[in-house]
Parts: sequence; structure tokens; C-alpha cells
Amino acid sequence: MKKRRLFRILSIAIFLLIWEIAALLVSKPQIFPMPIDVLIAFKVLLLSTGPAGVEWAGELLGHSLISLTRVVAGFCIASLSGILLGIVMGWWQPIRNLIEPIIEILRPIPPLAWIPLAMLWFGLGFKPAVFLIWLGAFSPILLNTIFGVESTSKNLIETAKTLGAKQRELLLKVVIPSAIPAIITGLSVGFGVGWMCLVAAELTGCNSGLGFMIMYYHWTMEPAKTIVGMLMIGFIGLLIFMILKRIENKLLAWREEI
Amino acid sequence: MEPKIKVAHLSKVFSDTKTGIDTQALLDIDLEVNDSELFCLVGPSGCGKTTFLRIVAGLETPSSGAVYLGGHIVNTPGPDRGLVFQEFALFPWRTVAENVVFGPEISGIPSSQRKQIANKYINLVRLAGKEHKYPKELSGGMKQRVAIARALANNPEVLLMDEPFGSLDAQTRNLMQIELLRIWNETKKTIIFVTHIVDEAIYLADRIAVMSASPGMIKEIFRINIKRPRDSTARSFRSYKRKILNIISAEVGDFST
Repeated sequence: MKKRRLFRILSIAIFLLIWEIAALLVSKPQIFPMPIDVLIAFKVLLLSTGPAGVEWAGELLGHSLISLTRVVAGFCIASLSGILLGIVMGWWQPIRNLIEPIIEILRPIPPLAWIPLAMLWFGLGFKPAVFLIWLGAFSPILLNTIFGVESTSKNLIETAKTLGAKQRELLLKVVIPSAIPAIITGLSVGFGVGWMCLVAAELTGCNSGLGFMIMYYHWTMEPAKTIVGMLMIGFIGLLIFMILKRIENKLLAWREEI
Repeated sequence: MEPKIKVAHLSKVFSDTKTGIDTQALLDIDLEVNDSELFCLVGPSGCGKTTFLRIVAGLETPSSGAVYLGGHIVNTPGPDRGLVFQEFALFPWRTVAENVVFGPEISGIPSSQRKQIANKYINLVRLAGKEHKYPKELSGGMKQRVAIARALANNPEVLLMDEPFGSLDAQTRNLMQIELLRIWNETKKTIIFVTHIVDEAIYLADRIAVMSASPGMIKEIFRINIKRPRDSTARSFRSYKRKILNIISAEVGDFST
């Protein structure tokens, strides 16, 4: 355990060292800042006044909060709609036959291709961002839920029937619990895609949020601040993944180890 | 006395919709199983014994004929018939106790009473102390004990067992046979037990129906007049075994020629 931690620190140190050397070789801080420049930028962004509405939080945390609000809203809507529709489509074949073609047509369109329409329909800011996150997160959640529902063991369904379960109980007490691992996989993948869509949406259709922030400092030619924003995007993504993983482990204590 | 289960002229044809070929799985089966009887079905694999059990359980519908339980016709699954599969089929997300009370939970029995039911049947199958374990933490034999307890917790009229010990090792299998006889003695349930192992059938059964394959028919029914516990090396035991094996091997012989 201790050894692993040591390697982690070592790995990050090597990364910083390579970065430092590369920056020294390039030696143009205005296009390739050194780690120390980024650290200074981090401090500046932490202390400067935040975007409208969250001035108190400072620039970096303010934009992070705005991004998080958007992603949580979009992700919740995507989870709710994806899981519900997935259960319905996985369980009732006629409904699946009815809806699947629409999804099959729309799914290959990358969520980012919806940005123009999102801006046309919802303007700028919160709504188009949430719409894009929903678009990105929805289909992995939906498809994994359908898969989880339809791969419910036939044996378990028959067992439940012989124990007196009817449709309602089959769905609530057999099919849904057995689909939960697949649903959680869908949620993690969906979150990843949603997070990516959020940044893209903020790059183009917002004037706040981390995506906006990194683009803004691109225009002002302060790449160190752009890098701070990028690192924050990565850090928040990692944090949420770890939270999802923890929920998964807690919820799925019953699962066979592979 | 009225039989617990009556099977009348039961036939089952499976139609393959792709090839259009019909398979006669069961042909004209007539059978009566008495209350509290331990009835075994033996036969070569593919003789339709599982299909027969699934029809009694209500998971398949007969092509013709019918199954009656206590005088009423059976055509859907129901809590009056408990089924135990070879593959245990425990709900992996439920603990032992939660698995056992699945049936009572569905029939709306309040949780305080469910706790008593769980205790009663977990004790019956001798799994006290394992109530809060998940199926993945149990051995094969323990899993099958849970499956039996779960089927019994619904207080069914009949217990249907489809090669329940088929995936267990030989020692565990012998132990489970002894356990089943004990449980049967304590609960006085009617049991229909399907197996392809003749020794197992003779060790357990009051009566054995020997089936033939394609189409699945009942060739002969034996009443096993040996006092329990039975010794598989005893002369009387071996004589039943010889008779039953003769029927089965004649069947398999017919089939191969």
C-alpha cells in the first residue's frame, strides 16, 4: 500500500520534471508556461473576483461551481430519463420496437454536432449546456439500462414466478435489482461523456464555467491560466468518478468478485 | 384417498418455428402422487423429465392433457408449488434471510412475521448464523439449502425439485440426500424429485417413475419397499437398481440403433 503511494508521487514528480525540461527547452513562457507559472496563475485565479452571481467564490472555484451545477442538472435529467426509458424498453418489447429506430438514427450524431441547434433553441448559458450534457449522458445510460434489464437471468425470473411474483414484483424485485450493475456502468460512462459535452458547450455557448474560462484566457494569451482551468476540469472529473465508484462498491457488495 | 397431484393424459410438443420440426417431448403421461409422498422421476437425459416438472410448476403449458393439484387445474406458476432448480437460482443481491422470505414478502406478510418465517426455515435447513451472508459467500451445498428453505417458506402444497443436487460434489450430494429426507420427515411435504441418477432415486423415493426418451413416456412405476435409511450396497437396493437400469439401457439401446 505504502509502496503504491510512493510510486504515485514519483510518477507525478517525473511528469512535472519532463514538463519543466520541455518548457525550459522551448523557453517561450507566453505559449508554453512552466509548472511554477501555472502555480502562480492558480493562486491568482483562486483569489480574484468570481464570475457574476458567485463573486465570493473567486474566479476558479466560481467557474467550477457553475460548471458543476450544469453538469449535475444535466446528469440528473439524463439519469432519470435514461434509466426509466431503459427499464421500459428492456422489459416491454413492443415499446422497444417502437422507440429503438429513433434512437438508432439519432445516436450516431455526436452530441457536439447539436451545439448550433442548442444555441438556437436555448440561447446562451445554463439551458443549452444542460441540454448538451443530457444528450451526451443519455444514450450510454439508456443502452446500459436496456442491456441490464434484458440480461436478467431467466432462472431468477422463473424462480420468482414460482414464488408467486407477478409482473410488478418481477420488475421491482428481480429485474431492476439485477440490472443495477449495468445501470451503474451506464452512469459512469454517461457522466464521462456529459462532462466532455459540458466543456464543449461552455467553450462556445456560455460566458461562464470552466470551459469558458480556459477559452477566455486563450484570447487574453495567458496559457498558464488556461492550464489551471484544464487541470481543474480533470480534477473534478476524477473526483466525481471516484464518488461514483464508491457508491458502486457500496451498492454492489453482493456481487461475485471477478 | 384423493391424490395430491393428478396428471391426466399429459402431452407436450415443442415446435421449432425456424425449422418447422415438431418434437414430442412428453406423450400421454398419467400419474398420481399422494399427499406427503416422495416421488422420484428417473430417465435418460432428454426424456422430458424437466419439461414434466416445468409443466407441473406452471412454467410451461401442456399441449394436451392437464395437471391437477388438489383437484384444481394448474396452468400458471403459483406459490402453492415450490420449485428448486439445479442451479440454485438464488437472488445474488439478497442475503440468505432475504432470499428465504422472498415468497412471504410478495404475499404481503408483515416484516415482523417474515423474520420468524426466515428463522424457522433457516433453522430447518441448518443454516443458523448465515442469515446475513450473501449467496457468493456460500458453498454449493449451502446455496441449495437456501433454495430449499426459500421454496418451503412459501408453505407450498408440493415441492418440485429438478436435479437439485446435480451440481454438487459426491460427498455433499450424499449429505444433502440425508438432509432432504430429514426435512421431508419434519415437514411432511409432497415432493416430486427429478434425477438421472438411479441410486439417488432409490435412496430417496417412496415410488419411482422410470421414463423413456423421445417421446417421453412413463415406462414403469416402482414402489421402493426398503426401510430407511437405505443402504446402497444391500441386495434389495441393488435389485431395484438392476431392474431400473435394465429399462433405461434398453431405452438408450433402442435409441442408438
